[in-house]
Amino acid sequence: MNWNWEILPDFIFNGLRDGAVYAAAALALVLIFKATTLINFATGELAMLGAFFVYVLNVEQGLWLWLSIAIAVLISAAIGAAVERTLVRPFDPADHLPVVLITLGLFLIINAVAGDVWNYQVRRVNDPFGHFPSWVPNGSELKTSSEGTIACLENADGDLAEVAAGTAGAEMCEMVGRTFFEVIGARLHYRTIGIWIALALALIALALILGKTKAGLAFRAVSSNTESARLVGVNTGRTLGFGWALASVFGTLSAALVAPALGGVNPNMMLTILIYALAGAALGGLDSLGGAVIGGLVVGLIKSVLVSWFGVVVLGQAYFSILQLAMAFLLILIVLLFRPAGLFGTRRIERV
Amino acid sequence: MTDMMLKAEDLHARYGAVEVLRGLDFEVPDGNVVVILGANGAGKTTTLRALCNMCTTTGTVTMEGDDISRAKTADIVRRGVAHVPQGRGTFPELSVMDNLKIGAYTRKDNEVGADVDRWFEIFPRLEERRDQLAGSLSGGEQQMLAVARALMCRPRLLLLDEPSLGLAPLIIEDLFERFAQLNKETGLTMLLVEQNANLALDMADYGYVIESGEIALHGPADQLKNDPAVQEAYLGA
Repeated sequence: MNWNWEILPDFIFNGLRDGAVYAAAALALVLIFKATTLINFATGELAMLGAFFVYVLNVEQGLWLWLSIAIAVLISAAIGAAVERTLVRPFDPADHLPVVLITLGLFLIINAVAGDVWNYQVRRVNDPFGHFPSWVPNGSELKTSSEGTIACLENADGDLAEVAAGTAGAEMCEMVGRTFFEVIGARLHYRTIGIWIALALALIALALILGKTKAGLAFRAVSSNTESARLVGVNTGRTLGFGWALASVFGTLSAALVAPALGGVNPNMMLTILIYALAGAALGGLDSLGGAVIGGLVVGLIKSVLVSWFGVVVLGQAYFSILQLAMAFLLILIVLLFRPAGLFGTRRIERV
Repeated sequence: MTDMMLKAEDLHARYGAVEVLRGLDFEVPDGNVVVILGANGAGKTTTLRALCNMCTTTGTVTMEGDDISRAKTADIVRRGVAHVPQGRGTFPELSVMDNLKIGAYTRKDNEVGADVDRWFEIFPRLEERRDQLAGSLSGGEQQMLAVARALMCRPRLLLLDEPSLGLAPLIIEDLFERFAQLNKETGLTMLLVEQNANLALDMADYGYVIESGEIALHGPADQLKNDPAVQEAYLGA
């Protein structure tokens, strides 16, 4: 046992950073589950598509990064609403199997189409939080750089000057500068803080939309009691489309935030993230928005602190790192077995 | 014709292959309280759902002379039909205040706040609990909320589906007094479905008795009350 406490804060920060991404993806799942009580398995692929829109607009078309993200979010929202209108609404909402199969089919189709258009190579993207400034060459150009450059960028999680090898690397690292604050001896990266702030702002916006607007009230009403919502004159179809649009916004946000940390975008980027998001949503209670956020953060912490720090560092068992995904499935299993409503979900009581 | 709020002709309704309503004819005159009586499974709830186009129907439904049999539920609500479904029909995860606000969903005027205050005055229990989730209210309070919520759209026709279901006798009496008062003071037309025939017939002007999806009997409320068949089947005489 090697209780390496000094590096624990690093793992906590990383866990909460990944957790924030899972939280955003879990919100995308929960927004749709709340309204329709079904899991949209295409959530991750729709989000991946959104991240590719950011890539195309920003890297290929040279648009300002934040503008690219804003446009990508709007396009994703429109796609989410269109999917609801064309592929979900025609089916009986009480019969879940067809719609679940449709979302699975959508998952495969989007993944295959994205693979065909962009192939499965990772394409480097710009980090909205200054990790890779826009002047750092993208994609192929970077590969041709000297070993030093790559070392610098590959290790860019840390103080770049420290890891620089070779002249080009040193030069570049000096220009990039530090990418973190030092907090209680640990590295709190700008990117981590940026992801937290982005998630917090998105949550505030979501709370305002759901709490203060008529469309938000209608969405909550449909989630609570679809039949009564129809009887007060709510157009339930349009409201569900609105829910899908909101969900797509959070999905795209999660993918756009995580892409730089993954080294870039690729069609399979959201596969494992969706599993962690699902674990987070199940833990929080599939119909609780606050639960999705807390669940996502807890899953990030479990993965980083319990598996990576305790398992790999403390116990010294390297194989723990391959158990991260298994841990997510285990968590889903435990929650479903012992507390199906999750931590904050509504317990459905059937009155007979 | 114009003084007829609602008229159903040869109204059929089905769920899948099961035909629940087999050709109903009835009318609800403006300002009246009409009650539909019937045993469990006779088709009372389906009748109200059919009027709002919440199930597959054939036949003609007219409201104030306009055919609404093919209209969307939301459009029927916009015409002034408020429906309090069976089992309360509140939004349990929403606060009392939000329940009332969503009731006014179809309105575009700016008197929603004034109406909320008005119903709070009539149902003071609701004002005390304005920030509580509707699901945490007692059965009687939820029924009051469901009615207040329905009234928030300023309906001209109120459809009530077994409002007495699962409530204590004293609360039922109080609730029906309020219905009668609403009808008298505002002239609100009501179509009421009930198993509690005594109370319902006391308040109603006219009544229909449904059996297996067909109208078995109808007449003025006083007359139905004294009808031996009705007394035996529904009044426990």
